[in-house]
Amino acid sequence: MGTIIETNNLRAYYITKAYGVERTVKAVDDITLRIQEGEVYGIAGESGCGKSTLLRILLGAYQPPLTVVGGEVIYHLDGEEMNAADMTEEEQRDLKWRTISYIPQGSMHVLNPVRRIRDTFHDFISAHRDVTKRESFQLTADYLRDLGLPEKVMASYPHQLSGGMRQRVTIALATILWPKLIFADEPTTALDVVVQRGVIQMLKDVQQREGSTLVLITHDIGVHANLADRIGILYAGKLVEEAATTTILESPRHPYTRYLIESLPSLDSREERLSIPGRPPALDRPPSGCRFHERCPLAMDICKTDEPKLIQIEPGHFSACHVVEEEINREGHSVYA
Amino acid sequence: MKVTVSTRDSQSAPLLEIDDLTKIFHIRQGFASQEFHAVDNASFVIDSDKPEIFAVVGESGSGKTTLAKMILGMESASQGILRYKNRVVNDLSRKEMKTWFYHEVQPVFQDPFAAFSPLKRIDSYLYETAQNYKMVADKKEAPRYINEVLSAVGLTLAEIAGRYPNELSGGQAQRVAIARALITQPSLIVADEPVSMLDASLRMSIVNMFRKLKEDNNVSVIYITHDLATAYYTGDRIAVMLRGWIVEMGPTEQVLGNPLHPYTQNLKSSIPSIRSSEAWEEKIDLAVIEADEYTRTGCKFAGRCPAVMDICHDHVPPSVMHEGRSVKCFLYDETVDAGKKKLLTPAVG
Repeated sequence: MGTIIETNNLRAYYITKAYGVERTVKAVDDITLRIQEGEVYGIAGESGCGKSTLLRILLGAYQPPLTVVGGEVIYHLDGEEMNAADMTEEEQRDLKWRTISYIPQGSMHVLNPVRRIRDTFHDFISAHRDVTKRESFQLTADYLRDLGLPEKVMASYPHQLSGGMRQRVTIALATILWPKLIFADEPTTALDVVVQRGVIQMLKDVQQREGSTLVLITHDIGVHANLADRIGILYAGKLVEEAATTTILESPRHPYTRYLIESLPSLDSREERLSIPGRPPALDRPPSGCRFHERCPLAMDICKTDEPKLIQIEPGHFSACHVVEEEINREGHSVYA
Repeated sequence: MKVTVSTRDSQSAPLLEIDDLTKIFHIRQGFASQEFHAVDNASFVIDSDKPEIFAVVGESGSGKTTLAKMILGMESASQGILRYKNRVVNDLSRKEMKTWFYHEVQPVFQDPFAAFSPLKRIDSYLYETAQNYKMVADKKEAPRYINEVLSAVGLTLAEIAGRYPNELSGGQAQRVAIARALITQPSLIVADEPVSMLDASLRMSIVNMFRKLKEDNNVSVIYITHDLATAYYTGDRIAVMLRGWIVEMGPTEQVLGNPLHPYTQNLKSSIPSIRSSEAWEEKIDLAVIEADEYTRTGCKFAGRCPAVMDICHDHVPPSVMHEGRSVKCFLYDETVDAGKKKLLTPAVG
């Protein structure tokens, strides 16, 4: 199992010019990721922290004003190393849906309202493979049955299906050609808990069946807990912490992650939960030093001036925080050597 | 600021009394017309003696928002009676709605950025509400009063004066929306999914504020949400809705601590736990077509219920009192022959 997709010091900014005023929104700033083949990698963060921008860059589906100003994205597919920036449009199109697939946000609305589900599937399959209508119907019926979706979905129009069923049909559509790498952008947001559970089950099924790699983006830590193997926490365009899911949930180190986990209400207790003070920063003028320092209860002087580096604090657990770094130094490196 | 319950009416009268409230919509297919009950025989009472947070939970399409709209007088009821402080809301004149009802009951909606026009300064909403409802004698007095109201939601007038909605964070905008609702000194706030558009880090600040308003300002809140965790966290009582029915209702700790209705059990076990060791094992069934469940004869949950019995398919279950809450399920109906009942596995989750 090697790395399937990696980014190195990726920087992607929205650069706009209106009436001579230039504005740069640093949505993705210096992000280095290694996503392993066959894993579920979760990207968590609030809205406006750069999750969706990062995804767009990873997918190679972006256009100005979004510009990659530094770093690179490299795919490792079929034993080949491909730099996303060097690929022609044709190569990208060939790769998409067949090898790399994408479940968009609000994907309940992507189905064509005037075509039956089976026709939408046919349109999709026939764009990538040479199939007759009968073959594609058969393929669709088999796949839907495998995933436990009822037969009558095939002949329905999108508006006749419930929201959760539409969402699952979209996931089936995005994965019917067995892609190696699947990106899902907020696949369960706006669904209620019962439906959400059904959708998570299905994503798990699809991922495990062929050992695909799933990159899951959502702000909902509960969804990550049930699906992801590793989680990366984004804050204001920066990766602030990355570790295995259980580590993130049980012993988070970065103050932002700790707040995020501790503020989650649960059915175990009705004790008062603290909310994070302040608000996420605007990315056109991000705070100096550590981008979290204005909201951080542990902020020190150095946090206002120096940007913390992402360091390994124990095997596989990375965190970008001066306070954590200092603690580690005090404990001595020997502990995690 | 101290918002007190109005003493214009007798203290013992309930604040809000809902009796068999029903909303019927018609679906037309060609010449055929089919009725469906978006809210079906909803009944509950909110007392005026002690403010409470009454949570209404359910999945999308369960009739939560229709219920809220009826309580707010934005949608007329097809059947049933809605009384506020012993007065039938349907009988109120338009003038009385404005001079009395909307002083008492105020809404807070899901998306604060949709509630405020992007072209208007956000404090103008507060000034307008204060003047329209004659909460201030003259314009000079308004800033002082508004500042007082804003302090109840943890803001100051200086922070928001002259600013447009896009200059505020979602949490701040939602606080302003709640402050706007508080201007008339209401006794009840109907909040429809007030936190579902907000970021995780801001969500708890709003939910904590409802708790504070209840305790400090004596405001009751009907908190409508699909998020069970925050409903459990804030709610004193909870009503669980399914396809227009209230299937289980009672004190939050009892209903969510030990759910009795199979649907509530299903809901509870579907909350993703953040302890990854508790990931779900068993699979669940989902509704394929919503309208099918709405128009189903018998119990609306029969198609998905793990404890379904023959009787559920063609008879509507009664609401019975069981272990301190009302539950609409044949499993707890003593009048049904025990032999017909299949035993339910103990509460999951």
